[in-house]
Amino acid sequence: MNGPAGRSLGRRKRADLFFRALAAASAAAVILALLLILGTILWKAVPALSLSMLTRTPKGGFYLGREGGILNAIVGSLELALGATALAFLLSLPLALYLNLYKDRSSKTAAWTRFSLDVLWGVPSIVYGAFGFIVMLALGLRASLLAGILTVALLEFPIMCRAIDEVLRLVPRELREASDSLGATRFETAFRVFTRQAAPGILTGVLLAFGRGIGDAASVLFTAGFADRVPASLGDPAATLPLAIFFQLGTPFPEVQQRAYASAAVLTLIILLVSLAGRTAGRKADRNVVK
Amino acid sequence: MRPLKDALARRAMGLTAALPAALVVLIVAGLFLRSRAIVAVEPLSKLLFSSAWQPLQGKFGLLPFIAGTVWVTATALALALPVSILAAIYLSEYAPGWVRKAAKPVVDLLAGLPSVVYGVWGVILVVPFVGNVLAPLAGAASSGYSVLAGGIVLAIMTFPTIIHVTLEVFAAVPRSLREASLSLGATKWETTRHVVLRKGAQGILAASVLGFSRAFGETMAVLMVVGNVPAVPRSLFDAGYPLPALIANNYGEMMSVPRYDAALMAAALVLTLIVLFFNVLARRTLVRAERRGR
Amino acid sequence: MANGEAPIRVRNLSVFYGGLQVLRDVSLDIPAKRITVIVGPSGCGKTTLLKSLNRLLDAAEGVRVRGQVLVDGEDIYAPRTEVTRVRKKMGLLSQKPQVLPMSIYENVAYGPRIHGLRSRKDLDGRVERYLRLAGLWDEVRDRLREPASALSVGQQQRLCLARGLAVEPEIILGDEPTSALDPPSSQNVERRLMELKRDYTVVVVTHILRQARRIADHLAFLFLGELVEQGPAAEVFAGPRDPRTRAYLSGEIS
Repeated sequence: MNGPAGRSLGRRKRADLFFRALAAASAAAVILALLLILGTILWKAVPALSLSMLTRTPKGGFYLGREGGILNAIVGSLELALGATALAFLLSLPLALYLNLYKDRSSKTAAWTRFSLDVLWGVPSIVYGAFGFIVMLALGLRASLLAGILTVALLEFPIMCRAIDEVLRLVPRELREASDSLGATRFETAFRVFTRQAAPGILTGVLLAFGRGIGDAASVLFTAGFADRVPASLGDPAATLPLAIFFQLGTPFPEVQQRAYASAAVLTLIILLVSLAGRTAGRKADRNVVK
Repeated sequence: MRPLKDALARRAMGLTAALPAALVVLIVAGLFLRSRAIVAVEPLSKLLFSSAWQPLQGKFGLLPFIAGTVWVTATALALALPVSILAAIYLSEYAPGWVRKAAKPVVDLLAGLPSVVYGVWGVILVVPFVGNVLAPLAGAASSGYSVLAGGIVLAIMTFPTIIHVTLEVFAAVPRSLREASLSLGATKWETTRHVVLRKGAQGILAASVLGFSRAFGETMAVLMVVGNVPAVPRSLFDAGYPLPALIANNYGEMMSVPRYDAALMAAALVLTLIVLFFNVLARRTLVRAERRGR
Repeated sequence: MANGEAPIRVRNLSVFYGGLQVLRDVSLDIPAKRITVIVGPSGCGKTTLLKSLNRLLDAAEGVRVRGQVLVDGEDIYAPRTEVTRVRKKMGLLSQKPQVLPMSIYENVAYGPRIHGLRSRKDLDGRVERYLRLAGLWDEVRDRLREPASALSVGQQQRLCLARGLAVEPEIILGDEPTSALDPPSSQNVERRLMELKRDYTVVVVTHILRQARRIADHLAFLFLGELVEQGPAAEVFAGPRDPRTRAYLSGEIS
């Protein structure tokens, strides 16, 4: 064995080292890409941030007016994402509970429902935008905060529902049986035991969906509209941060572009915070859940 | 009283279970109905394979946009697949524990960044890089707003999807299987290549398809850097005009032009069907791989 | 290797998983061409000791090793030691058979190929020789191209044995190699090991005392990471010197 083995050992070791280095370089490239993105956004955007930028609405039209800030987009985005997340939660929690409490693991219905959710997850957000627009026309709505909330809620629904479903699946079956054997109805088991047990994990799922919702531009492009004012009611068009970036980056005026950069900074910051909060909740979930 | 409440709750919750499937059907049906005005008049082959896009003359050939989507997606995957799979190999097979732990939030964060933020970054860095550095190197003239710029931005956006799924696939390969190979005197790389990658082949395929479908439907980031010229691109340095960008850019003005609206909806329908097809394929492969792994 | 010298000598070996010490100062000589059985209650460090012999512990995260393991007189934990060469000297049977995701033939040919054997004829010869030695040839000769996962668990374990033998090791390590098998398959594997000790040094970890009685020439008793007693199996079984060994052999601790 020492003949060919001995001779090729050096080559084999070099191959190992080579691919190790290549793989490490790839991992470094991925991490570098993220740092580069964050770095670029911060470098361009932080100088654009100021108190007046954050507390004023644009003057003279968001596309042309050189005065004012991005308050319209901040408030619009928060209202829209909060509304959409609340609505998505109202749909996601019952469905996820239903799948885990009333359906067995081998259930065909549950499998199909999960499959449909995965399919919905894959639908591009521009398609949600187009679909939202169709629904809007059918209902006689115009581009408004409400239409935006409805569309983004649809976008968030599969993300949130699957996340909560995954968490609930980790709740031990024995817990359900223990609760059943105490004479609790399934419904009581659902809300008293399951939700409490899985609360931090559910929160992670909700935050994940919120982050996706607040950052999405394509779905609100036709549905939420855009306005200089902070929306006064659900029927008003609402500005959003992603669109504030998209529209205002394309103008020829540096002052207006500053508003785009400031919006990018605020949006990135919100995403970072949400992601951080999600991780914290996720860690708590790991600690509290009975396994 | 309590059992009644339970029964009611069960019914109500059962209703929500119908929602996901109903939504899939509604989206496809809605898009189909709205695109009927053009799908019914134009032969499908003309709609899909004609490159004449002159809405004012009533010519709606989607080929430039389909080609744009394919170009950008293919470029993105060519860049993203090797890098993400190698990165996943490093994180799962070679990296010390602390690196793995530190890298995971980074990957998650990369997945959470909104596509407009990628777009802004692309406009600031990638477009000038392609226009001023890469294009001259390749002897091409380009503004930088190009298929390549779109591909690069999109590749980075698909990193987390592919890495995440691939890591899960690798984690499902039992340690003792790796040990079996190592104990025969195989090096780590030999073990990875012949055992881990082979065992995870189906899962990695599924990860790639998921990454692909994510890239295929991505709108804003690509739209901001790809140039948006409605012609079939001839090189990486040409501008392209993918389907999602077409829809996003023209939705406001379409009402005045007859059948424009239907053509855009047809574009959305094509996009949806392709993405759905690949998604279903990827999920099925994943499920099958999981079942075989047990 | 000098005649009579133990092919594996463990000297003052301590192993830590993070802050936890799993092996305490273990010293052990493993005699050539005998079956050495390491027994002890679960969690006593048996598997760790076995895996330390071919440096498979390196693959795990946060493991520290102190002390020496000398294989043919060479300290395998010395910084310059080539780990793949050390591992090639030993074939490993794990608790559950771990067939590689390839055909039956490829499983056996995997090791020799990696070590540079390319000729089809040589490979064919080797595959057949070691499948015969593992007592599997007659059952699989007509289905060498089928995926190894199609075999029964008992057959898979014998395939793993053939695969380990095919790199022509001097030593066979078995980590509770029959724990996943039904009784007839277990017997089959035990019989193979008894035959193989003519040419190979065998080290087997088990928590089944009866199995130890059946196959052991040399016995080592490990308790809470400590090597309590070792010696010729017949002597240890007949007259354990340490009270803990006595308690374990009589079934008081398990």
